[in-house]
Amino acid sequence: MDLGFPLFPEQASTMASRVDALFFFLVAVSVFFVGLIFLAILVFAVKYRRRAEDERPEPIEGKLWLEVAWSVIPFGLTMVMFVWGAIIFFDIYNPPDDALEISIVGRQWMWKAQHPTGQSEINELHVPVGQPVKLMMTSEDVIHDFYLPAFRIKQDVLPGRYTSVWFEASKAGVYQLFCAEYCGTQHSGMIGRVVALEPAQFEKWLSGGATGMSMVDQGASLFKRFGCETCHRAGGTSRGPALAGLFGKPVKLQGGSTVTADEDYIRESILDPRAKIVDGYQPIMPTFKGLVSEEGLLQLIAYIKSLDGAERKAAQR
Amino acid sequence: MNVSAIERREHYLNVNYGIRSWLFTTDHKRIAWLYLLSVTVFFFIGGLFATLMRVELMTPQGDLVQAETYNKLFTMHGVTMVFFFLIPSIPAVLGNFLVPMMIGARDLAFPRLNLASWYIFILGGAFTLMAAAAGGVDTGWTFYTPYSSIYSNTHVVLTVVGVFITGFSSILTGLNFIVTIHKMRAPGMTWFRLPLFIWAHYATSIIFILGTPVIAITLVLVGLERIFRLGIFDPSLGGDPVLFQHLFWFYSHPAVYIMILPAMGVVSELIACFSRKRIFGYGVVAFASLAIAVIGFLVWGHHMFVAGQSVHASMIFSLLSFLVAVPSAIKVFNWTATLYKGSISYDAPMLYALGFIGLFTIGGLTGLFLATLGIDVHVHDTYFVVAHFHYIMVGGAVMGYLGGIHFWWPKMTGRIYPEIWARLAALIIFIGFNLTFFPQFVLGYIGMPRRYHVYPPEFQVLNVMSTAGASILAVGYLLPLVYLIWSLRYGAVAGANPWRARGLEWQTASPPPTENFDRTPVVTEGAYAYEKEPEEIYALRKPAHV
Amino acid sequence: MSKVEAFRQHHFEDVEQQHEASWLGMWVFLATEVMFFGGMFACYFVYRHWYLQAFASASNHLNLWLGAINTAVLICSSFTMALAVHSAETNRRKPLITYLLLTTVLGLVFLGIKLFEYYSKFEEHLVPGSSFRFEESLARPAEIFFSFYFAMTGMHAVHMIVGIGLLTALILQARRSRFSAAYHTPVELTGLYWHFVDIVWIFLFPLLYLLGRHV
Repeated sequence: MDLGFPLFPEQASTMASRVDALFFFLVAVSVFFVGLIFLAILVFAVKYRRRAEDERPEPIEGKLWLEVAWSVIPFGLTMVMFVWGAIIFFDIYNPPDDALEISIVGRQWMWKAQHPTGQSEINELHVPVGQPVKLMMTSEDVIHDFYLPAFRIKQDVLPGRYTSVWFEASKAGVYQLFCAEYCGTQHSGMIGRVVALEPAQFEKWLSGGATGMSMVDQGASLFKRFGCETCHRAGGTSRGPALAGLFGKPVKLQGGSTVTADEDYIRESILDPRAKIVDGYQPIMPTFKGLVSEEGLLQLIAYIKSLDGAERKAAQR
Repeated sequence: MNVSAIERREHYLNVNYGIRSWLFTTDHKRIAWLYLLSVTVFFFIGGLFATLMRVELMTPQGDLVQAETYNKLFTMHGVTMVFFFLIPSIPAVLGNFLVPMMIGARDLAFPRLNLASWYIFILGGAFTLMAAAAGGVDTGWTFYTPYSSIYSNTHVVLTVVGVFITGFSSILTGLNFIVTIHKMRAPGMTWFRLPLFIWAHYATSIIFILGTPVIAITLVLVGLERIFRLGIFDPSLGGDPVLFQHLFWFYSHPAVYIMILPAMGVVSELIACFSRKRIFGYGVVAFASLAIAVIGFLVWGHHMFVAGQSVHASMIFSLLSFLVAVPSAIKVFNWTATLYKGSISYDAPMLYALGFIGLFTIGGLTGLFLATLGIDVHVHDTYFVVAHFHYIMVGGAVMGYLGGIHFWWPKMTGRIYPEIWARLAALIIFIGFNLTFFPQFVLGYIGMPRRYHVYPPEFQVLNVMSTAGASILAVGYLLPLVYLIWSLRYGAVAGANPWRARGLEWQTASPPPTENFDRTPVVTEGAYAYEKEPEEIYALRKPAHV
Repeated sequence: MSKVEAFRQHHFEDVEQQHEASWLGMWVFLATEVMFFGGMFACYFVYRHWYLQAFASASNHLNLWLGAINTAVLICSSFTMALAVHSAETNRRKPLITYLLLTTVLGLVFLGIKLFEYYSKFEEHLVPGSSFRFEESLARPAEIFFSFYFAMTGMHAVHMIVGIGLLTALILQARRSRFSAAYHTPVELTGLYWHFVDIVWIFLFPLLYLLGRHV
């Protein structure tokens, strides 16, 4: 029956059907209990309606076994909901290793995306069908939220930090993108589209756009422009640690603690270099706050990620 | 009995006249009226904001108001309804009036603090209304940083000062209730003979005491950040905006239990009276109130599943959120079981109570959807959430409030309201409410985010349905305003106990004398002993002092 | 009617009930104060965990001697307050007034020292805002530290001022012979409040002033 308006969202990602299955389970449980209570109230209210003014109903105090039953059974049902929901949640927060990484920068009131190959988009995001896509996101100002109803995923986008979410589009099409965290005057205008294309079409789209440098190349260019190489040479110098093979590894800091060199760590090191000093080095790195944009930071991170250990070993020979 | 009979007997309303006798009263019953008038004004102000929002939302475009105005409307609707209606309504109106009477006391422990709490409420309300008049605030009632602390150009400081001040009104009310219930029960009124209304208000008062100070300090920090640029939540200074969310929700989640527990207390009284039976599982229901209050402090992170909170923290909060649902479910089952083999009448208060059970059940079950991590990712910050909390707050708390107002109206005023109109209003409210908010569950699942001024056209039909329901609901709310005022002059005169209930408050005249009872009662039975006559339950003796 | 009865308010059955209610009321109020300060302490601990070095360095810029003197002053004032309560309990009016006065003076000394500290922080450009200056690499978290310093000690000072107001009211009432061994509840309750404000400072002092000394 075509009502002309939707009553249920499209399923366009691999996660959607899983979320919907759990949803229908909860709907079934809810309908059951709502029906039970409504029916009980209706039946009791009619069957036991007052027939005489001085009626004296039997004073029933309670029944312990009943209390236990209607505590334990609902609790058991909620535990099923909990476990099922937690499993889906855990999967939503664990992207596959082969995910295609796309950068998202949100700001009042627009979305900017950049593909690893360098393509930038505004308020639109092209993705391939059948390929996991991981979004690395940050905000330039207030908290936003990247919401794709058809994919059943959503993640707050924060200033000063990276958050990420992943999905795998299962159906080609155009889908709604909403900002789902109130962010000011044009919050309801901060919308866009996700365009899922079959892999061949996606490749065509990638190469059809303005040929620009890839994110890694743009990052390399920034690395050179800001003079990072002066201290962060391959093989390392006395001034700054080498960055090849750094990403994802543990880093020992002055003071004894250890952190993992993730996106947030690299971003902080560029903007606030003395927040965490690597053990054995002096706090001499200048800050680049105000000099590099959020997009630039993401490009630098992409570049640093691309430096693998082989380079470091080569430099040491 | 005729009208002059009321006038000849002295009671709390006619013991003295004049505006000063009201503005300087320390009588808990008069203070309850001061609150009743105030919260009613705020309810209709908040309702006005909602009306404008729903009219705007009839069309996908923004054609009634500009975006910034709409953002101010939903913010002011939330702030007014949460802080100036839902939180105070039942405790400050019905609680103030009834807590001393139900336990056989002459007043609350601290009558002057009680009056002070009303003045503080009015002062806080004045600040907030000033903010609205000066142009309003557009941060959402949740004041998330850094939008509220740095980016918004609206009257944030004025509004948070208003809310901060009003918080002390809550704290003083809670303090008064706790001390009164502990120290001023009549002889024989042991803890487990207390009406469930008292247990509910005791549990609510625990939340008032422990939770409200935290929102107070949180708002102070936001205000300081706005005025002095103290960078506590400012990311460019190394601050963490998500820390604000933790602090905010640490209070604001228990706050929703402040809003619903008193209504549950009212429902217990109504179900017992209009089934003429003890509440099934009295002890379990009493402990369930305490359990909700305690566990309610442990679940705040369920508002932050996608906020950047760690996966493990989210899992713990999800688990605890399911746990807090269980005592509420237990109450619903116990109320329903009370109806079994009862003697049920369909007076308006009972219609509100039965409506509460049904709508609260729906609201509570949809809370499970939100506690379920995998589903919450999809429906967080959509109209699904809006529908969920309106089912609890409006379908639950407001209906509980109206049921209580109708039930105790004869006690408070000495008059009976017109029953036919009351039943009609209850029915209109029930129908209007469901038509307004059920479509919003669908809107949420198909993806319409909340706080949206404009929306894609495919969401329009459901929005129009919701607005149509809202207009019916508005009629339903206006009716009691009219006929309750009408009854003050033309309503039938009520006796001491028109409902033939068993509570202590019904064993004294309507309206009651200033000191509530002619003599201090002595209690020999538990609450809701409907199988006995009142004389068998309460013995009156001369007071110890002269 | 006995002298005690004269103080019984109309809604209480007897003086004992009124006294118990007043005590419980003050303890419940202090519970709200614990939650109020607790919120600030919680935030402080979060940031201290993230930025320990900056916090320690910033803490070193606070005047340890003035902080220590103030701590001693407050502890003494709690002692004089306890002596005041004891004087009321033993029906000695003159010592009661004397000890209340001493407590008030000590409280004012505390506030005076605090005011001097605030002023010197202003001179040293350590007040958060556009004039804040600190070693570049730690400046931002240090500014957060000072935000907490001013917010927490400021809130504490506000509570002290309220306490001094209460003490003043008590002194005036004591001079009019309002208190006796039979009735001195306001003195007791103010004592409770004053001790609480003292305890908050006992927590504030090490967390704010002693952070850098052992890191």
